Amino acid sequence: MRYLPHTQEDIKEMLAVTGRTSLDDLFDTIPDALKTKNGLNLPDPLTEWELNDHMEKLASENIACKGYTCFIGAGSYDHYIPAIIPYLVSRSEFATAYTPYQPEVSQGTLQGIYEFQTMVTDLLGMDIATASHYDCGTALAECALIALRKNKKADKIAVSDLVHPSHRQIIDTYLKPAGFKMVTIGHTKEGRTDISALEAMDGIAGLAVQSPNFFGHIEDLAACKKVADSKKILFITSFTEALAWGLLKNPGSFGADLVAGEGQSLGIAKTFGGPGLGLLAGTKKLMRDLPGRLVGRTKDTNGEDGYVLTLSTREQHIRREKASSNICSNNGLNAMTAAMYLSTIGKIGIREIAQLNHDKAVYLKSILTSAGFEPAFDQPFFNEFVMKAPKNFKQKRAELINRHCMFAGLDLAPFYPQLTDHYLFCATEKVSRQQMDQLAKEVA
Amino acid sequence: MKEIDDLNLPEDVKYTKDHEWANAEGDTVTIGINDYAQDQLGEIVFVELPEVGDTFSAEDEFGSVESVKAVSELYMPISGEIVAVNENLEDAPELVNEDCYQGGWIIKVKSSDNSEINELMDKAAYLEMLKG
Amino acid sequence: MTRQPGTSGLIFNEPNVWDKSRDGRCAISLPRADVDRAPLDPALTGDAPDLPQLSELDVVRHYTRLSQWNFGVDSGMYPLGSCTMKYNPKTNEVQAARQGFAGAHPLAGEAFSQGTLRLMYELEQYLAEITGYAGVTLQPAAGAHGELAGMLIIHAYHAKQGRQRSKIIIPDTAHGTNPASATLCGYKSINLKSGPKGILEPDAVAAVMDEDTAGIMITNPNTLGLFEEHIKEICDIVHAKGGLVYGDGANMNAIMGVVKPGDAGIDVLHLNLHKTFSTPHGGGGPGSGPVAVTEALIPFLPVPRVEKELDTFKLVSDCPDTIGRMHTFYGHFGVMVKAYAYILSMGPRGLLDASRLAVLNANYIKDSLKDTLNLPYDRPCMHECVFNDARQKSYHITTMDMAKRLLDYGFHPPTVYFPLVVEGAFMVEPTETESKDDIDQFINAVKAIAKEAESAPEKLTRAPVLPKVTRLDEVSAARKPCLRG
Repeated sequence: MRYLPHTQEDIKEMLAVTGRTSLDDLFDTIPDALKTKNGLNLPDPLTEWELNDHMEKLASENIACKGYTCFIGAGSYDHYIPAIIPYLVSRSEFATAYTPYQPEVSQGTLQGIYEFQTMVTDLLGMDIATASHYDCGTALAECALIALRKNKKADKIAVSDLVHPSHRQIIDTYLKPAGFKMVTIGHTKEGRTDISALEAMDGIAGLAVQSPNFFGHIEDLAACKKVADSKKILFITSFTEALAWGLLKNPGSFGADLVAGEGQSLGIAKTFGGPGLGLLAGTKKLMRDLPGRLVGRTKDTNGEDGYVLTLSTREQHIRREKASSNICSNNGLNAMTAAMYLSTIGKIGIREIAQLNHDKAVYLKSILTSAGFEPAFDQPFFNEFVMKAPKNFKQKRAELINRHCMFAGLDLAPFYPQLTDHYLFCATEKVSRQQMDQLAKEVA
Repeated sequence: MKEIDDLNLPEDVKYTKDHEWANAEGDTVTIGINDYAQDQLGEIVFVELPEVGDTFSAEDEFGSVESVKAVSELYMPISGEIVAVNENLEDAPELVNEDCYQGGWIIKVKSSDNSEINELMDKAAYLEMLKG
Repeated sequence: MTRQPGTSGLIFNEPNVWDKSRDGRCAISLPRADVDRAPLDPALTGDAPDLPQLSELDVVRHYTRLSQWNFGVDSGMYPLGSCTMKYNPKTNEVQAARQGFAGAHPLAGEAFSQGTLRLMYELEQYLAEITGYAGVTLQPAAGAHGELAGMLIIHAYHAKQGRQRSKIIIPDTAHGTNPASATLCGYKSINLKSGPKGILEPDAVAAVMDEDTAGIMITNPNTLGLFEEHIKEICDIVHAKGGLVYGDGANMNAIMGVVKPGDAGIDVLHLNLHKTFSTPHGGGGPGSGPVAVTEALIPFLPVPRVEKELDTFKLVSDCPDTIGRMHTFYGHFGVMVKAYAYILSMGPRGLLDASRLAVLNANYIKDSLKDTLNLPYDRPCMHECVFNDARQKSYHITTMDMAKRLLDYGFHPPTVYFPLVVEGAFMVEPTETESKDDIDQFINAVKAIAKEAESAPEKLTRAPVLPKVTRLDEVSAARKPCLRG
């Protein structure tokens, strides 16, 4: 096997040093009764050529192998990834390192993550961003747990039902075993969180609202913040489309205490939903309650600038059962990717890309309307919106996939049973006017 | 780390088994960690303080001190209400290392049972405990 | 003496990325605006975030220079105990980058995602075979996330039995993630001391196991690198009181094809694909932490599950006893591809050989260095061995000093000060992909450093001198946190 360097001679010499005569002897401390008798029942090894063929065959069973036009977002967005991003992030010094426990030989990772933290705080208007989390859903669940730890008298978190359905399920998974509850707040007929529902609720530690919400609408975060303040609870916002902050007023400017977000849009391939990038940011006041790694700047013994993992006493390896989270590995390399992407697009690029996403989505909505779709709501949105489809759309949608490799919207009925025939559409900078016109023509 | 004989342990304060010190003036008791504790912890980077108005019973956890790689809980030597916390520690936790009995005090408590302080160890008893 | 790999050479200074910014630069070719501008209500828009403005070469040079300050497995030996820093095969990266995988939208629908679902289904089967379990979930995003999933499964199991329990037993050799995961389930950790041989004694487990205890969390091989010889007996004790045994499979790399944890009586086991199955750690993740369970615990696995019906694969969420969802979609699929490619490249014999050679390498280091460094538990080890600095104390040299000096010699240091049961621990895990020649070089380096500790201790206390920076002031970093520029 090409990954195993030992020659027979090496093995003989090394065994002699250990005082054994065979490799099997090395496992003498394992009781015989526990030893696997007949080997592992796995396929025979493949050569690299055979592996390529096998993997390409598997990949070709996915529609994605052909390249497709994606009018679906819902937490995973089809944005252009410049060639330098995968090129740079695959540098093995980044990719094959472990968590930077030895800062002297990890300054690349550490400065990169420090810059990532800085760019995320700029993007979101927050004081502090962590070195990353798994994804938005798990970051949001951690935010809910922070709120509950900060307010020991409360046992519930209020969550808008326009928070991504999977994220709500994750919060539920995380909260239940410790005896906490998630209370869902409904939405208005305009497709925004019905914040008035919160006013009558008791025992709430935090309010979680997604903006742009699952329907793509921009929430009235100022109004949400006001209600959260009046209840003296933490205000948590989330988002699945990070590029929205190239155009929209950021959550920090509305006074969010905690922000959980998905950073997949920032140069990370969709990859069937993972690994993405959990973003987690908070106010300075909550610095010591944040979960996971933080990189800080300091000096070395010669007075040179350098970076270290810091405030580690929050974490599991020191505080153990009292830790702010059990997280250890995060999504560090994807955080590096996001920092590379943000450095590449820059201040000019992010504004232009965000505006283009919005422009194209507005165009798509208008031509779908002309093609017989009915806008389900009349609310400002970023790059996603909901349309009520004509009766025959389901069949046409399937044909579009098969004939044109075009994914026309996400059926909302599995997520919101009352929304039969409603589809969530998304347009990014990658779709052309021609593709949108073709879609409209096919479904008309 | 310091040898036991090199420790600075004033005669006029009381000690706990968890290495806090307590000094009563009337029914107000000032509390901190002693020289042994600060020496063992090494450079202190953060002191987690309770809020004024909080009440605790003796041996309750009221806060913690942190070094870079360790957290140590703080326990109440006596019962009572927090009447002051050393706000200087927020910006200068190193005061606990530099001057643990004066500038590095941690909390002041209005004692709810003045007899409790007499049950704490004096220097001799504490030294005996340390020497095991 | 042979030359050591570490040397000095030209490296570059590089400022923070925003210090290179010049107004007006942009490193992306912007797409053509082929539709009309649709301005949003100005009340909803904000200023563009203040991101750096750079040219493409600025970005490339910035990250290339940063990368040159890093140490990876591709740079040199990285014997970080418990982290299993084996070689990360490059073909795995090629497989994961295939358009059909990297471009797959998670909500494209089952019919258009058969390749990804088939891969997940088969990987579950392979992992179940390697570990000896009936079911596997790939959803957890990292080892600690898998641990949480496993504990949630144990919690859900007890709830289903009609009576929740309040405690969980955790040995003193455990990873810190174990008690932290238990707390998230509302369990109180009961600390259990390992015996004089560095392994758990059945009597000690029996003494604390009761009917209010949900179970025990065991790392096997444990973090001292020792196989828990009484594992079967311990599992029987815990099961007799109605508890379950959680296995931390972080160290599975030592026993592939040798022992199946499922056969030993462990009920739930998590794996780290970035340890045992060769996926790169990326300087902090993303990892992937699959969880394997016995038949009885399958109903509690997170949803959605991948199932096979005739020859098609589907996602199933209709599982009434499930702990629920752990990840927004299906976990770290991109990492799964690499582990799957690894298993297929290795085959059953290759995996067995990987474990045997990992154990050979660790024992070779242990026996070659035990006259140089103190070895608190002098027993046959598995994939790693734990020394400490007891012999260097008289020269006022610590484990940290030796670790830092190793950097100058061109090696990544071992894990230090863990496990906590060994004071000043120096935990070496070479992995199977290091050759005898490289290991000999490492052994020579440690021996040379031990000599320096006696003859020139300042070389250690001042170390490292070759990397980009010298030792960093962690105290100031924590006292006055500066977390953004």
